[in-house]
Amino acid sequence: MVWSWIPEYLPKFMDGLLVTLQLLSLSIIFGMLFAIPIGLVQVTGPRWLAIIARGFCTVVRGTPLLIQLWLLYYGLGSLFPSIPGIRESFMWPILREAFPFALLAFTISVAGYEGEIMRGAFKSVPKGELEAARAFGMSRFTVLRRIWLPRAFQNVLPTLAGEFVLTLKATPLAATITVFEVYGIGSIVRQETYRIYEPLLFVAGIYIVLTGIIVVFFRWLEQRVPQPV
Amino acid sequence: MDNGLHRSSNEAVVVENLHKQFGDLEVLRGVSLRAHEGDVLSIIGSSGSGKSTLLRCINLLELPTSGEIKVAGEAILFNKTKKGLVPTDIKQVERLRTKLGMVFQSFNLWSHMTVLQNVMEVPIHVLKLPKAEAREQAEHFLNRVGLWEKRDQFPAFLSGGQQQRAAIARALAIGPRVMLFDEPTSALDPELVGEVLKVIKDLANEGRTMILVTHEMKFARDVSNQVIFLHNGLVEESGTSQQVFYETQSERCKAFVSSIH
Repeated sequence: MVWSWIPEYLPKFMDGLLVTLQLLSLSIIFGMLFAIPIGLVQVTGPRWLAIIARGFCTVVRGTPLLIQLWLLYYGLGSLFPSIPGIRESFMWPILREAFPFALLAFTISVAGYEGEIMRGAFKSVPKGELEAARAFGMSRFTVLRRIWLPRAFQNVLPTLAGEFVLTLKATPLAATITVFEVYGIGSIVRQETYRIYEPLLFVAGIYIVLTGIIVVFFRWLEQRVPQPV
Repeated sequence: MDNGLHRSSNEAVVVENLHKQFGDLEVLRGVSLRAHEGDVLSIIGSSGSGKSTLLRCINLLELPTSGEIKVAGEAILFNKTKKGLVPTDIKQVERLRTKLGMVFQSFNLWSHMTVLQNVMEVPIHVLKLPKAEAREQAEHFLNRVGLWEKRDQFPAFLSGGQQQRAAIARALAIGPRVMLFDEPTSALDPELVGEVLKVIKDLANEGRTMILVTHEMKFARDVSNQVIFLHNGLVEESGTSQQVFYETQSERCKAFVSSIH
C-alpha cells in the first residue's frame, strides 16, 4: 500500500468533497420541494394531476439514473450549442457546465423516489387528526402546513435517512459526465499515479464518513420529533 | 323574559329538515333541531340511527344532501348541486367552525404536539391570538380539566381519559359558542368514563351550550334539558329530558331508554 500521494491530492479531494456535498444537498432540497407536491396530489387529487405525478414517479424509478444522466447531458445538453445566439446569452455559463445537468438529473431522481415516499407518508396520517384540524376552522393550507406535512414527515423520517444515503452513494455517477466530485478525484489519482486500490479505499472511507454524518443527523432529528403511537 | 323574540335571537344552532344520503343509503331523512344559548341537547338513538352524522353535519364534516343549518344565527350558504349541497363560501364555513368546539370519539389530538401545543394551536394559527395570551388561556383550560401537570407531555403518553380531557380543553380554548360532543366516552375503558363525564357535567352546570351525541343514558338524562331520540334518520321523540325518558308514547323510545330504569 502506498499512501504518499495523499498530501499532494488532498486539496483536490477537498474540492471534490465540496462538489459532492453541493450535489447531494441541493438535489435533496430541490428534489423534496417537488416530492412534497408530487406525493400530495396523489392523495388529494385532482385525478389528472395524480396520474401525471404517478407517471413521473414510475418513469423516474423505472429507469437507471445513469441513463437519465446521460440523456440529459449528452442528449439535451448537446442540443443547446446548436441554438443560435445561445453562446452569447446569460444562460450559457450554466449550460456549458456539467454540474447543472448532474444537479437536474439528481433532483429529478430525488423528486421521483421521495415523491413516492411522501405519497405514503401523507396517506399514513390518521384521518381523524386532519378532521379535527378542519373542524376547528383551519383552512386547507393551514391544515397542510401545521398538521398534515409535519405529521407526514414524522412518519417517514427514518425512511428518508436511508433514501438520502442511497442518493449520496449514487453521486459518483456524476463523474461520468465530467463532474469531479469525490469519486472523480479518486479516478484522477488512479490515472496519474497508477495506484488502483488505495484511491478507491480512500474514496470509500469518505463515503462511509458522509453516510455516518447523515445517519447521526437523522437520529438526532428523530429524537427531537415525538414518535407516533 | 322568555318571549318568542328573545328565544329566536339567541339560537345557537338550528338545523332544518336535514337530509343526508350516502350512495343509496339515506342516513338522515329530514331532521330538525334547535339549540338555544345555554341548552344542553342530547342526541340519543341506536347505532346507525344517524346521530353522529347529524352532529357532523352541523360543522360540515359531512355535507348534507339538503336542508338548512344556522350557527350563531347565521345561515350557512350553500350551492345546490346534483351531488348535494356545497358551501358557497368556504371562508364562512371556516369562520363558523371556530364557533363550534368539537370533541371526537377518538380524541384526534395532534400527536406531533404536546398537550399544551394542541390547546394553543387553533387560538394562535386560526384565531391569530398573541402567543402569550394563547398560552395563558391554554394553561387555564388545562387546569380546568385537571391536566396542567401533563401540559408538556405528548398525547401518546396519556391515558384515554386524559387524552379526551385534553381534547375538551382544546375545544374550549377556541372560545366556542357551542360545544359538540361526538360520543366522547365510547372509546374509553369503563373506569375512565367517569372522569370525562365529570368534566362535561361541570361545563353544563356553568351554562355552556352543548350538543351531545352519547350512549350514556343516565348521563344524558341528568345533564340535558333537551333530548332527541333518533331512529332510522328521523326524530322519533324529542322534548325535555323528563318527556323523552319517562313520558314518551313511542314504543321504540321506551324500549331504548328502558336500559337505565
